[in-house]
Amino acid sequence: MTQPVSKNSILAGMTGRALVIAGLVVIVAACLPMVLSSYQVGLATEVLIFGVLAMSIDILAGFAGRTSLGHGAIFGVSTYVVVYATGQAGLSLWTGFALGVLAATAVASVFALLAVRTSGVYFLLLTLALGMIVWGVCLRWTQVTGGENGMRADVRPAILMSHSAFYWAVLTGAVIVSFAMWRFVRSPFGLTLRGIRDSESRMRSLGYNVPLHLFIGFTVSGIFAGVAGGLYAMFNNFVSPSTVALAQSVEGVLMMIAGGVGTLFGAFVGAAAIIVLENIVSSYTERWLMVLGITFVLIMIFAPEGIIGKLRAITSRKAR
Amino acid sequence: MSLFQLLNGLTFAALLFVVASGFTLIFGLLRIVNLAHGALYLFGGYIGYSVAVKTGSFVVGGIGAMAAIAAIGFVLDQGLLRFVRGNELRQVLLTLGVAFFLNDLALVIWGGDSFTVPIPEMLRGGTRVFGTFYPIYRLFVLGMGIFVFIGLWVLLNHTRLGALIRAGVDDAEMVEASGVNIRRVFLFTFLFGSALAGLGGLMGGAFLSLYPSADAEILTFSLAVVIIGGRGSLVGVGVGSLLVGLLNTLGQVMFPELAYFVIFGPMAVLLAFRPLGLFGRAT
Repeated sequence: MTQPVSKNSILAGMTGRALVIAGLVVIVAACLPMVLSSYQVGLATEVLIFGVLAMSIDILAGFAGRTSLGHGAIFGVSTYVVVYATGQAGLSLWTGFALGVLAATAVASVFALLAVRTSGVYFLLLTLALGMIVWGVCLRWTQVTGGENGMRADVRPAILMSHSAFYWAVLTGAVIVSFAMWRFVRSPFGLTLRGIRDSESRMRSLGYNVPLHLFIGFTVSGIFAGVAGGLYAMFNNFVSPSTVALAQSVEGVLMMIAGGVGTLFGAFVGAAAIIVLENIVSSYTERWLMVLGITFVLIMIFAPEGIIGKLRAITSRKAR
Repeated sequence: MSLFQLLNGLTFAALLFVVASGFTLIFGLLRIVNLAHGALYLFGGYIGYSVAVKTGSFVVGGIGAMAAIAAIGFVLDQGLLRFVRGNELRQVLLTLGVAFFLNDLALVIWGGDSFTVPIPEMLRGGTRVFGTFYPIYRLFVLGMGIFVFIGLWVLLNHTRLGALIRAGVDDAEMVEASGVNIRRVFLFTFLFGSALAGLGGLMGGAFLSLYPSADAEILTFSLAVVIIGGRGSLVGVGVGSLLVGLLNTLGQVMFPELAYFVIFGPMAVLLAFRPLGLFGRAT
């Protein structure tokens, strides 16, 4: 039996065309700072960061069939740790970043331990409650977290001070973790997760340890959410309880759904859509949360398959 | 824990019971996890506050809060949730969107200041309970909690409607097949559960005060109660409320800054052994 060489390489299964498209997208993204204003480059940076968060949620929602409402908290824990480590504790950015991702992974593994036994609505409720607990702790533990006022620190190093330089740094990071996530869901492990999503009982009778797979899947997803949180600390240089609040998780989930559940890279489209919407709305009114709520309701009623899925459905209907 | 703190825990548990029983009724029968329940609580509190201040009557405030929240519940159920029936995930996320909308709307209408619902004359001041001086109003809340428990118990176990609700929790399709209009029972339950959130808002607004993030806090506590107690069980809500209320008070006394954390421990231990909660049954 002869196997194509690419199957064994790190790019397993990526066709030539997909590789070219991915390359083009990255090149276009890299050129953005040359045409956009510095404010818009800031927005694009935000899109990349939240795209990574939405992708990390998609690993669970799209490939393991479990939608988490606690990822905003995991993301925010990393932000808190990075800001605290580089500010109050005076550590270097690299140490701080590593600690942040580590903390997010630890929190995710605790969430995972509790949540893997549940599915469907119970999973949603439990991750929501756990996320709220993190928020409550960040709000009340004033001595460490600064309570409602939050914390400020100059997280970003001098060479990344300009908008474009930071954008390119985040783009590099986003490309690396996106590739890692793509590789993860295409791995045999990722396929097992998909099997669990489609039929838990069948996977169990085939001899797979379902809770263990979900635990690892959740924890890995937490690592990526932690990376996004660390990048956000560098982006914002500030953290407050609203970073770990439910709204953060909800926005992440909304971006993931808007981009299309299970599409992975759609997360960036969803993140761009929501962040652009947020900025347009915010220039007219302060009622962003209200608009977010309405958007959520409308998407749930009219386009639960996401913007891309909806467009695809409409165009295929027209084509017929 | 002193008697004073024990009473604090019990009265908080009573409030939680009123709010969470509405939540679990809806969850148990309609299979809808209404994450707007916390927002309904806050809205009920604000409306009750406004009505009570205008009319000078706590009772009228309570009736106003319950009626207004039942009306919002009606719009939510008939206007929005009907489009996503049968899909649990979409329902939950939709109610979450509604929660954000209502929370922000409350901020527009009442602003970000905290309000305290005025307590009626006869419930002001304190009294001696086993030698401890304790506010009368909080004892009233405790009484209300017990009253609502007994009322729900009678409703669920000794009326035809209650029998339908219980049957619906077990198997809604079967009830429908035997000629009952289960939709009407569903709608009544949804309105009734929402009204309980409104009542809770008014009761809680008088001793915990009302402020923009109060909805998220009460929702977390209600979720903990329902996760511990199990879906759709009245006794489960009672036991869950007592546990969460007492643990929260214990946490506040022992680790004031991490009180939130103390409800987490028991929930974790419980979930390891009973993923469906103490009184929850698999469906």
